[in-house]
Amino acid sequence: MSRPAPRAGRYRRPLPPIGRYALRVAALAAALGLWQVLTSLDVDLWLRFSQFPTVTDVAHAFADRVSGADYWTDLTDSLTRIVTGFLLAAVLGVAGGVLVARSRLAEDLLGPLLEVVRPIPAIALVPVAILLFPSNEEGIVFITFTAAFFPVLVSTRHSVRALTPVWEEAVLTMGGGRWRILGSVVLPGALPGIFGGLSVGIGVSWICVISAEMISGQYGVGYRTWQDYTIVNYPGVFVGMVTIGVLGWLTSTTVELLGRRLTRWLPRTSYVPGARPTPSRTLAPARPAPAAVRTEQPSGTEEARDEHLV
Amino acid sequence: MSTSSDIKPELRTVAQAPSSVRGTRLTLQAATLGRRDAPVLADVDLDIARGEILTVVGPSGCGKSTLLRTLASLLPPLAGEIDQDGHPLAGPSAERALIFQEDALLPWRTLRANVELPLAIGRVPRSERRVQAEEWLARVGLADHARQLPHRVSGGQRQRAQLARALAGRPRAVLMDEPFGALDAQTRAGMQDLLVEVLRGTGATVVFVTHDVDEALFLGDRVALLGAGRLLAVRDIPRPRDRTALDDPARVALRRDVLTSLGT
Ligand SMILES: Nc1ncnc2c1ncn2[C@@H]1O[C@H](COP(=O)(O)OP(=O)(O)OP(=O)(O)O)[C@@H](O)[C@H]1O
Ligand SMILES: [Mg+2]
Repeated sequence: MSRPAPRAGRYRRPLPPIGRYALRVAALAAALGLWQVLTSLDVDLWLRFSQFPTVTDVAHAFADRVSGADYWTDLTDSLTRIVTGFLLAAVLGVAGGVLVARSRLAEDLLGPLLEVVRPIPAIALVPVAILLFPSNEEGIVFITFTAAFFPVLVSTRHSVRALTPVWEEAVLTMGGGRWRILGSVVLPGALPGIFGGLSVGIGVSWICVISAEMISGQYGVGYRTWQDYTIVNYPGVFVGMVTIGVLGWLTSTTVELLGRRLTRWLPRTSYVPGARPTPSRTLAPARPAPAAVRTEQPSGTEEARDEHLV
Repeated sequence: MSTSSDIKPELRTVAQAPSSVRGTRLTLQAATLGRRDAPVLADVDLDIARGEILTVVGPSGCGKSTLLRTLASLLPPLAGEIDQDGHPLAGPSAERALIFQEDALLPWRTLRANVELPLAIGRVPRSERRVQAEEWLARVGLADHARQLPHRVSGGQRQRAQLARALAGRPRAVLMDEPFGALDAQTRAGMQDLLVEVLRGTGATVVFVTHDVDEALFLGDRVALLGAGRLLAVRDIPRPRDRTALDDPARVALRRDVLTSLGT
C-alpha cells in the first residue's frame, strides 16, 4: 500500500499495446488504398471518381508545395489566426461563462445579448467583420474567436452551475473569500466542462478560419485551397484539405491532451467493457516480479485504457 | 460544563501558538433555524461554553445538520439571535470550521493539498504549510496517503482527512456532522479515541452531531436532544471520555433517558 503512494496522481501512462497502433495505421492505409484504387481505375458508379486526383497525384503535389515557401507562409498564417482567435475565445469564454453563472447582474446584463448573438453562425459575421475591422487579418481572427467563444462560454456556464455546493461551502467555512472560491473551487471544478467546450471550440474555429480565408483572406490554407479550385487545380485542393485535416487533428489533440492532463483527478471506474483477462501475464511464474509491482499493473493499464481511445 | 475548565489548563501546555487557539462561546437565543418558508427547529435556546464538547443527537431529518450549518453561518437564522462570544455571527469564518456530513474534500487536490488549503487561506507561508499539513495528516494516521487523491482512499480515510483539514486551520470551534457515520463499530471507537487525542490541547469548542447515543455519551460534556422541531433537552454527561464509565449508574440512567426521549 505504501509503495504506490508517492506516485499517485503522477503515474506514467503505459503505451497501449503495439497492436492497437498497428490497427490504426492499417485503417488509415486501407482508406488511402481504397481511394487510390477507385481513382486510378476511374470508377464511375453513380459516384464519379474519373475526375478525382489519385493519391499519388496528391502526394506529388504535396511534395512540390512543401518544398516551396508559400506553403509554409500559408500554414503559419492560418495557425496564427486560429491560435490568436482561439486563445482569446478561451479566456473570454471562460471569464464570461463564470460571470454569467455566478452573478445575477451579469446574467441579466449579458444573458439576452449573448442569447441573441449565439445563433448567428460565425461565418455569417463576415460583413460585420469587414465593416468593423481595418484589415482582413483582424476580421478573420474575430470570426475565429466568435466561433469558439460560444461553445466555451456555454459549457463553462453549465459546469459552473453544476458544481457541488459543498465544495464552495467548505472553502467558506475555512475563511475563503470570493477570489479564493474562484481560484480553488470554481475554476478547477469546472475544468472538465470547460475542456468539453474548448474541444468543440477548436473544431468550429477551424471551420470558420478556413471559410473566412476562402471568402476574404490573403494567404492562409483556406485561401490557397480556394485559389487552387478557381484555377481547377484539383490535386492542389486536396493538398489544402489534407493540410487542414492534419492541422485540425494536431490542434484538437493538443487541447484534448492538455485537458486530460489537467483533469487527471477525475475519478474513473475500474470497469472495462469487454475486457478480457490476460492469463499469459499472471500465469508466468518464471518472471520473478515483486508483488508490489504486479499489483500496480492493473490500475495503470485501466487508467491508460480510455485515455488512448481518441 | 464543569469539564470545560478541565480542558482549558491543558491548552496552556500546548507548545504551538497557544494564544491563537482558544475555544469560543456560542449562544443561540430564541432562534428559529431552517430554510426560508421551511423552519426546521423553532425557539432554540442553547449556550455552548468555551472548550466544551457538546454532542447533538436526534432522529434523521430533525435538523442536526441545519443546526451546524447555522452555527457555521452557511444558513442565516430565521429568527432570534446567534452570538459568538457575545457578538452576532457575521458570515462564515475560519474560526468555526465545519466537517460536513457529505464528502467535502476537493477531489482535484491531494489529501495534503486539501489540508494545506485552510493554511493557505490563513496566509501561512508555503513551506510552513507543507510541514503543518503533513503533521496533521500524520496525527490522524494518514502520513502514507498524503499524496493520494481523495477518491483513491477509503471513506474512513477521507473522513479523517476532513478532520485534519478542519483542525489545521486552528479554528476556535469545530462543528462536526456525523463524521464517523459510515464506519464500523471497531474503527469508530478508534476514531473517537483519535478525536479525543487530537482535540486535547486545541481547546476548541466542539459541536458533534451523531445519531449514535453511545458515541454522544462517550464524547460529550453535554448532550443536546433534538426532536419534534425543537431542542428537547440538554443534559450533563457524567464522566465524559471515559471508557470505563459505561456501567456507571448515572451514565446508564442518562442513556435510558436519552433513548426514551428519542423514541417518542
Ligand atoms: N437543502 C435543503 N433544502 C430544503 N430543505 C432541506 C434541505 N436540507 C434539509 N432540508 C430539510 O430540513 C430538515 C432537516 O434536515 P437536516 O439535514 O438538518 O436533518 P438531519 O438531522 O441532519 O438528518 P440526518 O441525521 O439524516 O442527517 C429535513 O426535514 C429536510 O427535509
Ligand atoms: Mg444531517
